[in-house]
Amino acid sequence: MGFLTNLINGISLGSVYAIIALGYTMVYGIAKMLNFAHGDVIMVGAYICYCSMSYLGLSPLLSILLSVAGCTVLGILIEHFAYKPLRNAPSLSVLITAIGVSYLLQNTALIIMKSDPKVFPSVVEDLPSVELFGGELRIQAITIVTVLTCIFVMLGLTYFTSRTKLGKAMRACSEDKGAAQLMGINVDMTISMVFAIGSGLAAIAGVLLCSAYPTLMPTTGAMPGIKAFTAAVLGGIGSIPGAALGGVLLGIIEIFAKAYIGTELADAIVFAVLIVVLLIKPSGLLGHTTTEKV
Amino acid sequence: MEKVRHLSKATRSNLITYGLVTAAFIIMDLLIETGSASYSLMGLLVPICAYICLATSLNLVVGVSGELSLGHAGFMSIGAFTGIVVVQLLGSGTNDVVRMLIGLASAAATASVAGILIGWPVMRLQGDYLAIVTLAFGEIIKNLLNNFWLGVDKYGLHFSMKSAMALGLTDGGRVLINGPQGASGIPHLSSFFAGYLLIMFTLFVVLNLINSRSGRAIMAVRDNRIAAQSVGINVTKYRLMAFVIAAALAGMAGALYAMNYSSVMPKKFDFNTSILILVLVVLGGMGNIRGGVISAAVLTILPERLRFIGDFRMLIYALVLIGAMNLTYDTRLVEWRRKIREKFSAKRQGQDERGGVSGE
Repeated sequence: MGFLTNLINGISLGSVYAIIALGYTMVYGIAKMLNFAHGDVIMVGAYICYCSMSYLGLSPLLSILLSVAGCTVLGILIEHFAYKPLRNAPSLSVLITAIGVSYLLQNTALIIMKSDPKVFPSVVEDLPSVELFGGELRIQAITIVTVLTCIFVMLGLTYFTSRTKLGKAMRACSEDKGAAQLMGINVDMTISMVFAIGSGLAAIAGVLLCSAYPTLMPTTGAMPGIKAFTAAVLGGIGSIPGAALGGVLLGIIEIFAKAYIGTELADAIVFAVLIVVLLIKPSGLLGHTTTEKV
Repeated sequence: MEKVRHLSKATRSNLITYGLVTAAFIIMDLLIETGSASYSLMGLLVPICAYICLATSLNLVVGVSGELSLGHAGFMSIGAFTGIVVVQLLGSGTNDVVRMLIGLASAAATASVAGILIGWPVMRLQGDYLAIVTLAFGEIIKNLLNNFWLGVDKYGLHFSMKSAMALGLTDGGRVLINGPQGASGIPHLSSFFAGYLLIMFTLFVVLNLINSRSGRAIMAVRDNRIAAQSVGINVTKYRLMAFVIAAALAGMAGALYAMNYSSVMPKKFDFNTSILILVLVVLGGMGNIRGGVISAAVLTILPERLRFIGDFRMLIYALVLIGAMNLTYDTRLVEWRRKIREKFSAKRQGQDERGGVSGE
């Protein structure tokens, strides 16, 4: 049963990574930038949810909605003030700006919320855990909710990008911005929208992550952010199914490495797997290779 | 004629860089001699030297070779711990200068081996993929060193991935690297002068490389990989060359940095340190060695000077980063700066016409 428990925990953690990785991969697909501040948006989302539950006494569902709304606005603001002026700058400069935004979010959180860890109250406290095989296998409610949310988000995004007008505009922009603009697509607005969606998803991921691992600090988002970025690259950056696959794989590998090899070395193994995959398939698992033209 | 002028321009620029560093060293040294340097500033001198070396070496990868590396602290870490182990093994019987030199040389050796090991396979990757692999590499190094124990007794060296007990040292044996606690009891071999010499060495290596045939090949690969390949430049060789030289120099800087403290933990050399070095390079201007040197010095001092404002310190640092990037690339701001510059040059031209200050 240990194996099954680990597998389920791995899928659950992987689902959180997958939701965060979606934010990375969509932003990369359209803006061709590594948004290092994404991990910290997760932390902000979790703090908003924590505050509205603990200080305002709102219901979990309302808190989550508030947190998603807050992060969506935050994402748009970040894009407008930090990244938009740099549309034509070299990618490294945009990366540095993203790092600046990341520090800004972390340290603002540090000043407002102080550095002591907060114990995050689970958003699904009322739901019972499921017992299978006569109580031998216990699955916590948050695990099920996380996996279901991830599936729901994936289906929703797939529908959004393939069927709706905005989603198609988004794909067009990530293919060729110039051509998209000529076809009458508002590129600036589309990019803002991608940031909004990505940040909204980050808020959900933050709440789910902190419900499963309930310590909340200003640096909470940093490591999951890096892992999710790794997951996005593993699956093939820019590809939405790739982010889902990479995230779940990464979560499973991490939990198994923790269980069978050692907690301390788990991160090293996760990153080693990434290097091996990239060496065999340089564009990631589901990424498509582009040929360079002279 | 054109060629000669070009070369002399590069040499002059290099001499300015050496002169700048030397002048800064002499001024700082005078301040220390006269006792007017503050205690906190004196504690910062060796770290500043180390960061200048790190920024210069990373500049070789990011600016000159055009690759994004997010794992420079990994090489720093390898160099630091190699240097520590080697000087500990040599013992206090050896002359300090010789110890330091052997420590630095072995740091450079292990870091360059690590550079080849990681660089050789990943040089097939491009752009952001290379970035994520170097990031992963830095994290792996940190993780492995967190689980690495090394000890020495009369039978020689012992290492373990489990615990200090598992080393099975006999009486009189010492633990050199103690897992997450890192190394302690490091001999204080670094000095401001050693730091100055290492900066000069790093600058000498990097600047000479840039102005050599290999350096031009590296820059050709950066500017247009396919065109460079088509004129017969071995792309992988030159990318790897820049990467490995930078790794070796970072290893030496790491050893210098570590030997300034009595104990060093592996988690000091994490992703944030790599990012810090990258920030130094980008703010100094990618590929501009002198700019990197200046920004390394300023940005190491700035957070310390801002310590009195407590938690707001890093907030200001973050705003400086965002502001500097926006100031450089925001089209509206660039336009605004261009206008101001035009206004100034128009004024000066006016003066020239009136027979005022002229060039000759």
